[in-house]
Amino acid sequence: MRIAWYGFRRHSAYRAAALAGAFTNTVFGILRAYVLIALWEARPGLAGYDVADAVTFCFLSQAFIGPMQLFGGGVQLAERVRTGDVAVDLLRPASLQTWNLADDLGRAGYLFLLRSVPPTLVGAALFGIVTPAEPATWAFFAASFVLGVVVSFGWRYLVALSSFWIVDDRGTQSLSMVMSMFFSGMVLPLNLFPGWLGTAAQSLPWAAMVQVPADVYLGKKDVLEALGFQALWAAALLALGALATRAARRKVVVQGG
Amino acid sequence: MARIYLLLAWTWLRASAQYPIPLVMMTLGSFVLNGLDVAAIWIIFEHTGSLGGFGLAEVMFLYGTAGMSFALADMLFGNVDRLSQHIRAGTFDAMLIRPVSAFVQMATDRFGVHRFGRLAQAAVVLGIALPRLDPPWSRLWMVPLMIGCGLVIFVSIFTIGGALQFLLTDAPEVSNAFTYGGSTLTQYPLTVYGGDLVRAVTFIVPLAFVNWQPALYVLGRDDPFGLPYGLRFAAPAAALALALAAALAWRTGIRRYRSTGS
Repeated sequence: MRIAWYGFRRHSAYRAAALAGAFTNTVFGILRAYVLIALWEARPGLAGYDVADAVTFCFLSQAFIGPMQLFGGGVQLAERVRTGDVAVDLLRPASLQTWNLADDLGRAGYLFLLRSVPPTLVGAALFGIVTPAEPATWAFFAASFVLGVVVSFGWRYLVALSSFWIVDDRGTQSLSMVMSMFFSGMVLPLNLFPGWLGTAAQSLPWAAMVQVPADVYLGKKDVLEALGFQALWAAALLALGALATRAARRKVVVQGG
Repeated sequence: MARIYLLLAWTWLRASAQYPIPLVMMTLGSFVLNGLDVAAIWIIFEHTGSLGGFGLAEVMFLYGTAGMSFALADMLFGNVDRLSQHIRAGTFDAMLIRPVSAFVQMATDRFGVHRFGRLAQAAVVLGIALPRLDPPWSRLWMVPLMIGCGLVIFVSIFTIGGALQFLLTDAPEVSNAFTYGGSTLTQYPLTVYGGDLVRAVTFIVPLAFVNWQPALYVLGRDDPFGLPYGLRFAAPAAALALALAAALAWRTGIRRYRSTGS
């Protein structure tokens, strides 16, 4: 808990950067909203959304970029493996994974305030977005959002761990970014994907980061099923991360002095 | 200048070849990442026959030409938008005391083969779109010209974005909104955007001249916004004006620059 608070505080030192990110997310939100509006005006009711739903989806997905770190990064582990600082982390009386998770949740909390709220408000002001009427939906959305961050952490932690085996992690990072952008619903809502591609995309872990929380917000999905899907992926990725951490402990070669 | 650019770029290329696996993955990643934009266009056209009054081949033509311009600009000078990192790390001071233009050093910094991924992808899309549209030879001369002017416009935007970071050292992401935002904007026909936005990118930030106005000429279409016909040939003038503004911004930035002292 305290580590999460430190993570929050550490990131609050970069307020200008977070606000710049919010600005960029907003600009992209506006551009993508126009494209989606054009599509839904040509095909009203497509994929069970109306125009307002599509615009809401667009701004929500922009709002998720910061907290869920959809462009990769956030976990500084890879950098610390390369510099050798990871030796200190491994000596700490807490598991490497839990430590990083707490730090990441703190970071996500801070970025939620600075990078998620402003784009959504601008979107609401410019285009008007759907707001759930029932308080229960808000509560479910909050739970779904937190689970989404945990799934995203589980994935990014695995990517970062790969640097124990491949020292230069930029290649893995860029492939991970491709997957998270496309299969989370960032590029287009997943329910637009045709046929088997759509089925596959809906069941991969990245769906838990954007598509599922957005659908919970819009009330388009059965809540229990959605939360269960996210929890399952969170548990699976965290377990895999724990196994990989154990393997990495044996593998680690600290470079330099 | 060009000779030094090539020399430095070649040096960085050889340096990056020291780690071949990440190199291949990054090139692949960049190719696929930009391919996602095309996948998005393809998925959109699975659901509708036209977007903003334009068909699939026409949108791919717009995407391909803007993509070529942006990929070339990004490949050659895109690194300029990492200025704030260099300022904060103090490495920009080192660049200033070397007897080579800081701009060229910035542009070639960490030059890698992965930068070709995006260019290859855009060229493939344009290569698919052109035969499908089959524009008359009398109009085809515009295509290389528009890619060239688009290149100048995007390089200027990258430069202005970089110069902006002399002021906003802590907030480099702001320039992404204009560089990558500009690239995203030009991938679709401007008819999908609102009229005010289109006027802004025609007369303030001349993104409409990257591909939209010249493409109307190549495709032989009327301007949906009813702007004058002559604008279709105004791309070189717009590119020149923006390039001058960018040069001025960069010079002013360098002159005002004060080292962080680290």
